[in-house]
Amino acid sequence: MPVADFQVVLGLEVHAQLLTRSKIFCGCSTAFGAEPNSHVCPICLGMPGVLPSLNAQVVEWAVKTGLALGCEIQPVSVFSRKNYFYPDLPKGYQISQFELPICLGGGLTITVDGAEKFIRLTRIHMEEDAGKNLHEVAADGGSGVDLNRAGVPLLEIVSEPDLRSADEAVEYLKGLRAILLALGVNDGNLEEGSFRCDANVSVMRKGASQYGTRAEIKNMNSFRFLKQAVDYEVRRQVALVEAGQPVVQETRLYDPARGETRSMRSKEEAHDYRYFPEPDLPPVRVDAALVARVRATLPELPRARAARYQQALGLPAKDAGVLVGDAALADFFDATLSARGGGAEAARKVANWIIGELSRLMNETGLPPAGWKLTPAGLAEVLSLLEAGTVSGAGAKVLVEALFRDGGDPAALVKSRGLAQVSDDGAIEAAIDAVLAASPADLERHRSGKKDLTGFFVGQVMKALKGQGNPGVVNALLKKKLGG
Amino acid sequence: MSAALTALSLQQAGAALASGAASSRQLTEACLARVAATDGRVGAFLTVTAERALAAAGASDQRRAAGATRGPLDGIPVAVKDLFLTRGVATTAGSRILEGFIPPYDGTAVARLDAAGAVPLGKLNLDEFAMGSSNEHSAFKPCHNPWDLSRTPGGSSGGSAAALAARQCYGTLGTDTGGSIRLPASFCGVVGLKPTYGRVSRYGVIAFASSLDQPGPLGRTCWDVAALLGAIAGPDPLDPTCAARPADDYLSRLEEGVRGLRVGVPREWFGGGLQPEVEGRVREALATLQRLGATPVEISLPHSKYGIGAYYLIATAEASANLARYDGVRFGLRAPGVRGLKELYAESREQGFGAEPKRRIMLGTYALSAGYYDAYYLRAQRVRTLIRRDFDAAFTQCDVVAGPVAPTPAFLLGEKTGDPLQMYLADIFTITCNLAALPGLSVPCGLAGGLPVGLQLVGRPFDEATLLRTARALEREQGPAPAPAALEATA
Amino acid sequence: MPLSLDEVRRVAALARLKLSVEEEQLFAGQLSAILDHVRELEALDVSGVPPMTHALSEGEAVALRPDALVAGLTPEQALANAPARDGTCFKVPRIIE
Ligand SMILES: [Mg+2]
Ligand SMILES: [Zn+2]
Repeated sequence: MPVADFQVVLGLEVHAQLLTRSKIFCGCSTAFGAEPNSHVCPICLGMPGVLPSLNAQVVEWAVKTGLALGCEIQPVSVFSRKNYFYPDLPKGYQISQFELPICLGGGLTITVDGAEKFIRLTRIHMEEDAGKNLHEVAADGGSGVDLNRAGVPLLEIVSEPDLRSADEAVEYLKGLRAILLALGVNDGNLEEGSFRCDANVSVMRKGASQYGTRAEIKNMNSFRFLKQAVDYEVRRQVALVEAGQPVVQETRLYDPARGETRSMRSKEEAHDYRYFPEPDLPPVRVDAALVARVRATLPELPRARAARYQQALGLPAKDAGVLVGDAALADFFDATLSARGGGAEAARKVANWIIGELSRLMNETGLPPAGWKLTPAGLAEVLSLLEAGTVSGAGAKVLVEALFRDGGDPAALVKSRGLAQVSDDGAIEAAIDAVLAASPADLERHRSGKKDLTGFFVGQVMKALKGQGNPGVVNALLKKKLGG
Repeated sequence: MSAALTALSLQQAGAALASGAASSRQLTEACLARVAATDGRVGAFLTVTAERALAAAGASDQRRAAGATRGPLDGIPVAVKDLFLTRGVATTAGSRILEGFIPPYDGTAVARLDAAGAVPLGKLNLDEFAMGSSNEHSAFKPCHNPWDLSRTPGGSSGGSAAALAARQCYGTLGTDTGGSIRLPASFCGVVGLKPTYGRVSRYGVIAFASSLDQPGPLGRTCWDVAALLGAIAGPDPLDPTCAARPADDYLSRLEEGVRGLRVGVPREWFGGGLQPEVEGRVREALATLQRLGATPVEISLPHSKYGIGAYYLIATAEASANLARYDGVRFGLRAPGVRGLKELYAESREQGFGAEPKRRIMLGTYALSAGYYDAYYLRAQRVRTLIRRDFDAAFTQCDVVAGPVAPTPAFLLGEKTGDPLQMYLADIFTITCNLAALPGLSVPCGLAGGLPVGLQLVGRPFDEATLLRTARALEREQGPAPAPAALEATA
Repeated sequence: MPLSLDEVRRVAALARLKLSVEEEQLFAGQLSAILDHVRELEALDVSGVPPMTHALSEGEAVALRPDALVAGLTPEQALANAPARDGTCFKVPRIIE
């Protein structure tokens, strides 16, 4: 297996859209999916005479992210103009940061097959997003340009080439996403592109000292695609090297349909972005006071939280990982647990419900916890009802789904939906007698010892009770009668 | 009556309004008539907004009748360089590429003139995108010097100075990137002030070179300029390069005089191509200031000679990016029948830009391109620091720097158009002030060969007040600057 | 050091300027002359001198903009100056990726 003779060298560039109300350099809304060119103004249209004015929230969140990732926050950073012509770039340059970004260094720890590894960051910088070109919309095949997204604030987070496999890349991206979600600065939506990633991939023969030529892979809008794209690209490059052919430094697009990367038609002239400091924006100054103020707002970060869940609550590493992967889930977990009370036992149950039933419903409906009608108190109450035997496990599932979709008071729902378990002996005995009376032959076979039909009778009785019989009570009474 | 009205200064026109001797409508009609009678020969205006002007004048007269007058500019007809965006009124930057462009917003300075009650007469001629020293690079028509119609009014704010010299309005706004207010003011015999970088908002002023551009006022007298500056200066949340500090009260300090003022005279500004007659007027003005109690101090600005070189690298580099938005996609000229994106850009920009913007885009793109950035742009920015340090050192010995605005009076139209470098050298004395981000002013100091000569004053950052009171002291001593005869002679 | 025609063409392509043959010739000469003049800067020792990339001195700047919405333009206002449009989009010739 030739790939085994090669070392994969990977670095990721992540563009994360900041959840500000307004754009980075003007007061236009950053809201998604509006009518084309309805969230624009002279500034983000790049009209003559306009000037950018920097959104303070963008700077604070860049600092917050830098602190969470252990970066050195730069007291002075500078915006630059990145010059190129494209219809979705109104000014003919992108305002970004180049020589002096706001954050340097830092990194995050990932765990792959139980082994921890620290992935270093090169930098984090602030920049504006471009608009959107809508291809071949016009009757004559012309393209349309929508500038609603032009000027939406981005953080570009660049890693060192420390990743050594597609799995490490996926873990890194998941870890980074979890941190941004915990900080509340990004919505982590890969599909909609508010959290997107490019991968710089190269291969080198094991033991070689020189990195191979790298290709930049774009358009991987899910963790799965990232893994597929990197695996494909590695195989492609290894094959080239094995065949003694050069790997071309280029940008390649991942095609999810084919599961392949393919070269983007290389631009007519080589890129020469002619970066120079943006004269319209004074250097960005971040003083110690601002850093201290932002540091005070840092929440518990995912890995610390997962550790706490494991040590204090005895959750399995895997479950803890799932919960902290989305701060909103973990928050729901914490709230439910405090409403419910109880220790490791309760924690495990709550975690199971969130990771199992609620995650299923979340994926099914696409609703983040904020959009659920089920409250942590509601889930806590369902658990109590379950333990009290008021509802069966099946009943609890029905109850949770109903609360998730429509909300309401659990106890009331139990009544209105008839989800209560029958535990009253009289009712159950009556059902048993009816069942036994209805099948004398089976009863005879059982009593004669030919065949133990207890299970069969339990089933019949439960059926008669529409599944709401308390299994414990049913078993006990049935034994008595059969033994009688 | 009408002729008498247009002969007034802004201050006198304001007095006429206050005394009831004239209404804003009368002033406005007089100016419109003057424009109609003279602008065919001067070419100061690209657009005349008569209806808007008369409506604004009517509103001002009503305010005055109601005792709700807004201040020294209320009811005063003014005009702005066609580089200032005006909501609903065509704004061209003197370029074909913006022909037909109707801005959806007002720039800050324009909005402040409006808020002060000034009457908007129209948009003034200029070199395309403010790139030039003679106004000959206007894509629409040349502008002529009212003192001698065969000569340039100077550039790039040629229309802003010519309109005042031609008595077409009482005050104007221009922009100054390397001398574009001071040179025309000097050539046309009016007062022009380039404020400290960051004193007046650049929001809504079409950018040429972002770290050098600065809007400023021109007027027939120092009082007029002080009043205009007071109206437009001050912080603006829409311009992050506009200073947070409030504007001074420029009018109240205007008559403070120059007693005890130390006037620095830079050795480097009196050599080279400086015409003897021009030097004569400047030396006389310096002597006058001394007679009025100022102390001349010989100073040195050793890096002055590097100004032109540094300027043309920095200004063109910034311009190459600032002019990238003129691509035929969202506004302005789009070449017809283009196939594909590259053609859309190349053809539209080829057809829309004149020779000078193209030349500067080329130079700036080259200076920024891979492998040249350090040698050209970065080095120029370091030289810029040295030039600023020259002034910082000078201002430990003096309070204001004084010298000529230009080596010669207004040159002939067509004289330098064939040789860009010669044209650039017309800015040799004005350019270091922009590089150092300092305030600079041109005040008339007599005639040379029948043509106006300007004295240039450069001050400490945000010390426009000292420039104005110094210029005012000279102005008071000289008496009112003469009006050009050329127009009347041929009228 | 004169600017070669190839260099003029490279720069024109970067700047999206389609120059006529005459313009290429003219600019090659004029830009060379200007660059020769500019070359006098090389005589200066600027080592250790910080570049003055921003003209507003430190401490003069206004506070950053708070993250608040400001009314912008309607699609019609945004497109009012557009040479070509398609619905409420600016229209450009087909973009080949
Ligand atoms: Mg980027
Ligand atoms: Zn906007």
